[in-house]
Amino acid sequence: MRTVTVVGASLAGLTAARALRAHGYDGRIEIVGAERHRPYDRPPLSKEFLAGAVPAPHLALESAEDDALDLRWRLGRRAVRLDPAGRAVVLDTGESLAGDGVVVATGARARQLPGPRLAGVHTLRTVDDALELRAALHPGARLVVIGAGFIGTEVASTARRLGLDVTVVAAGPAPLAGPLGEEMGMVCAALHAEHGVRLVTGAARALPVGDRRVRAVRLAAGPELPADIVVAGIGSVPCVDWLAGSGLRIDGGVLTDERCATAIPGVVAVGDCAVAPSAYTGALLRGGHWTHAQQQPAVAAATLLGRDHQPPPLACVPYFWSDQYGVRLQFAGHRRAGDAVEVTEGDLGSRRFVAVYRRGGRPVAVLAMNQPKPFARWRRELARLCVPAVA
Amino acid sequence: MIAVCPVGDIPEGGAVRVATDPPIAVFKVGGELYAVDDTCTHQDASLADGWVEGCLVECPLHASCFDLRTGAATGPPAKRPVRTHRVEVAGEVVFVRPAPAPAQFG
Repeated sequence: MRTVTVVGASLAGLTAARALRAHGYDGRIEIVGAERHRPYDRPPLSKEFLAGAVPAPHLALESAEDDALDLRWRLGRRAVRLDPAGRAVVLDTGESLAGDGVVVATGARARQLPGPRLAGVHTLRTVDDALELRAALHPGARLVVIGAGFIGTEVASTARRLGLDVTVVAAGPAPLAGPLGEEMGMVCAALHAEHGVRLVTGAARALPVGDRRVRAVRLAAGPELPADIVVAGIGSVPCVDWLAGSGLRIDGGVLTDERCATAIPGVVAVGDCAVAPSAYTGALLRGGHWTHAQQQPAVAAATLLGRDHQPPPLACVPYFWSDQYGVRLQFAGHRRAGDAVEVTEGDLGSRRFVAVYRRGGRPVAVLAMNQPKPFARWRRELARLCVPAVA
Repeated sequence: MIAVCPVGDIPEGGAVRVATDPPIAVFKVGGELYAVDDTCTHQDASLADGWVEGCLVECPLHASCFDLRTGAATGPPAKRPVRTHRVEVAGEVVFVRPAPAPAQFG
């Protein structure tokens, strides 16, 4: 293998390039990024970066030693086609990068609301999105956040800290009810209420209305919510359009096996654009969390190079965290409807607790607020329990 | 030298955070004391809250690993080491001598 093209220059792409070098690959690496920026860290975009507490250089994912990776950067260039015959990645400039291997790491983009986009309506995925939104977050302004997932709840928390009047519109019964379940979602709901954020739940349909500029958010029922700014945090869409006709199997992302191999030899896919069987549940799962994009590329690089790679035991347990209203929330494992959740340490009111989700008595997930050490212990316990499931 | 706490206040395999600027964490592993910068070099998280295994501490947020003896980053995503500091025990009280201030980065 003499030339590998990494398509995508964010966490998964950069980590894949590092992993190729770590596995001893010394050929050429081309790395293509649709954004004009060098790889940067996205989690702070809804938190401390949006608050203006950290400057852009602190988001950089690269350090001085990454210079030794000797990557050929093509930033601000979009891949528009994959030609499977020569494993050639065709760019929007018309240039074609042929190679022996391709790492598909094009990530995801923010899902947009239907209809024409009014001024004052934002989504948040990129650093440019964050800068644009930050400039609009004036104290006293009325912000309506549509969607109560991670982006929605974190933006609400940050905006509240900046002195905005904030309303969150949730499609479900509580914030984060999808990943955490309704019972723990209600703990997040209380957190929002405590900080003076209004919460509207069960609003399946919420649309900004206005004449060129947003004036309010209209719900299926009830009065309009006046709004100066709207943030739509309604999920992400994998960036896989460019792979149409390539022969890759696409179903909610690029389908791969557990070793990140796709339907085309020499082409692997990682991160938010890829759908792989979860080592934890066995079910097909699209990436979507930071830790996943940081761990999976080592496997993909090994696959591309025909090497063995044993991921660390903890890597089998999905993990994410969130910071909101000064509370650090950590979750590991996977919850399904019907799982029983029980607080095992601390208490809900203090915002310092560990809650364990069980299915048929067996622990399957853990949620902690401000309890990093017991959480770390449980995360290991889940990893230990998950080993027989994959063996 | 900064007085930290009575030596018995640091549990085996645990740590105590010292509110210096930047903060320092003093760990006790196998009866030995180790002092390192408390803040992970990757992102804002307290290593005193981290998981200790042998002479390694794992950051509670992203699982970066650091060697308590040398401060070296031994597991990603952190790449830069944490500073180590001198620890002494005098009259059953733990003292740390902070290393010179870190270089600014960014």
